[in-house]
Amino acid sequence: MAEAKIQVRNLYKIFGRNSKLALDLLKKGQSKDEVFKQTGNVCGVNDVSFDVQEGEIYVLMGLSGSGKSTLIRLINRLVEPTAGQIRIDGVDIAALPQGDLMKWRRKHLAMVFQSFALMPHRSVLDNVAFGLDIAGGKKAERNETSMKVLKQVGLDAYAAKYPSQLSGGMQQRVGLARALAVDPDILLMDEAFSALDPLKRIEMQSLMLELQRDHKRTILFVSHDLEEALRIGTRIAIMEGGNLVQVGTAHEIITKPVNDYVRRFFKGVDTARYLTAADLMDSTLNGHSYNGGPKVPSSTMLPEAMKTVLGLDEPVGVVDEATDQVMGCMTPKSLLVKISQEARHV
Amino acid sequence: MSDRFLGLMESGRDMLPLGKWVNNGVKYLLDHSAAAFDSVGSVVETFATAVEHGLIAIPPALLIAVAIVVGFWRLGWKFALFVTAALLLIALTGFWPQKMVTLGLTLSATIISLLFGIPLGILCARNDKVNATVRPVLDFMQTMPAFVYLIPAAMLFGLGRVPGIMATVIFAMPPVVRLTSLGIRQVSSEQVEAGNAFGCTSSQLLWKVQLPIAMPTIMAGVNQTIMMALSMVIIASMVGAGGLGNDVLASIQRLDIGLGFESGLAVVLLAIILDRLTESFGVSRQTRETRES
Repeated sequence: MAEAKIQVRNLYKIFGRNSKLALDLLKKGQSKDEVFKQTGNVCGVNDVSFDVQEGEIYVLMGLSGSGKSTLIRLINRLVEPTAGQIRIDGVDIAALPQGDLMKWRRKHLAMVFQSFALMPHRSVLDNVAFGLDIAGGKKAERNETSMKVLKQVGLDAYAAKYPSQLSGGMQQRVGLARALAVDPDILLMDEAFSALDPLKRIEMQSLMLELQRDHKRTILFVSHDLEEALRIGTRIAIMEGGNLVQVGTAHEIITKPVNDYVRRFFKGVDTARYLTAADLMDSTLNGHSYNGGPKVPSSTMLPEAMKTVLGLDEPVGVVDEATDQVMGCMTPKSLLVKISQEARHV
Repeated sequence: MSDRFLGLMESGRDMLPLGKWVNNGVKYLLDHSAAAFDSVGSVVETFATAVEHGLIAIPPALLIAVAIVVGFWRLGWKFALFVTAALLLIALTGFWPQKMVTLGLTLSATIISLLFGIPLGILCARNDKVNATVRPVLDFMQTMPAFVYLIPAAMLFGLGRVPGIMATVIFAMPPVVRLTSLGIRQVSSEQVEAGNAFGCTSSQLLWKVQLPIAMPTIMAGVNQTIMMALSMVIIASMVGAGGLGNDVLASIQRLDIGLGFESGLAVVLLAIILDRLTESFGVSRQTRETRES
């Protein structure tokens, strides 16, 4: 595999004075609560390491206070790390002097905010051009680029309006366009769609996925909504109390949650949708009971699997894609058993 | 012990000669820094004279016309009608020259207040220590009875326009300092983060994010400063600043109720025009456009 785009190693953020002492205690293996009692310092991010691959949408999930918003701000150093490395394309962002950091932010890292954070005194077009303006581009050029990006998010007709004249969903399109206008290779999105109503949220997720198809960027996305994470995330990282507790694909998180904290996010979420034929089959009906009927690959998702199984009277074989061996069979009964197990979370 | 203390308090004797110390302080300044005060005074005098002469040079008819047009542009025909009536009333009652002097004094004092007040407000917003030091000073400047400034001002700068303007600046500056600082502090943390995330330098953050977003609040401060300056330049006629205040003062001395009413009304009308016009500039552009659409 190619070198990861973002490599975070042993990253810490400790709030308060005397953070060095608190850091030493944490490194000696004391718990966050013990450190708080002794030093009064709060640990926001505790020894976090992870890689984000180029072109991936990496979702940071967690309850409020889990450190996900702090972690995303450490990547562009809106929050200064206490210790650790943040390597982007091999450059350690954590060690950059202020001047270089500013250049990095202008060229490579754009951010989208939960409250949109638009500038009320700038027109929509000028808001989109904000990053280019800061970087010192010519007015004609930056307006042309901004207009192009506004078209991509479907707001070119509103270029001359002001943010307060737009709905929440439209405002966040402007926020997204502002970030895209500087053509960054990394997008940081902090609860970017959380302030929108459910329908608008799904619309924005689709827009983002669509833009991602045309031009793959590396996206770090903070969310507290598992459905959103499952929908857009290439991989999902779950945070609890400043620690990363699990990293995996949607399927891995759903089928192998590491603890009850992770499982708590499943509440009210239709997790069955993310099951594959491998999860839905009855493995006691293995190769021997398979009688030569139709076969599907093991990664087939639930809706497709259902259609195949319900259309036939015989068991459907599930084939391991690597070895081409039949691993088990799906029957209407096996589907019902597995789905009813998932339904208990809801 | 406590009886003796109470007795002393009731006797009204001066146990803590604070006033004497202040007198000595002013005297010390007079003896040792007269040259500095003179040069500051002459700069202010030159500036204020220029402003006043400039205003007086404008023909009354032209000024009235401009005021009506601006009133119509900012606030509509009803306000333009009011401006017409108010300015005609002032002109017909014969207070036009005095009104122009008062306007000049107000303008000079306001400009000086803003020149120092806005940068000080920015500094207060950006630095908590400066803010903690400046706040009690502002409280003092604002709540000390306004007359009290006139005496040292007259001693240090002599009689005339200058002490009036200096006392007015001290009295009128606090609102713009406070509201500039408040406006900048009220810019949301995500808006500041957005500025930083897109690579703003510290001065870009100030000029392209903080000041524009704070502008409606800062303009409210400017409006308050103008209002306080106007009320103070009337009082400043006691040290010979001139203008409508002279007539107000004369009406008190002569118990001339009619003159008091006429000159007082001229002040009120001027105040309303200045207040509404400056307030209209405080409403930000996007709010106005939202209202229109």
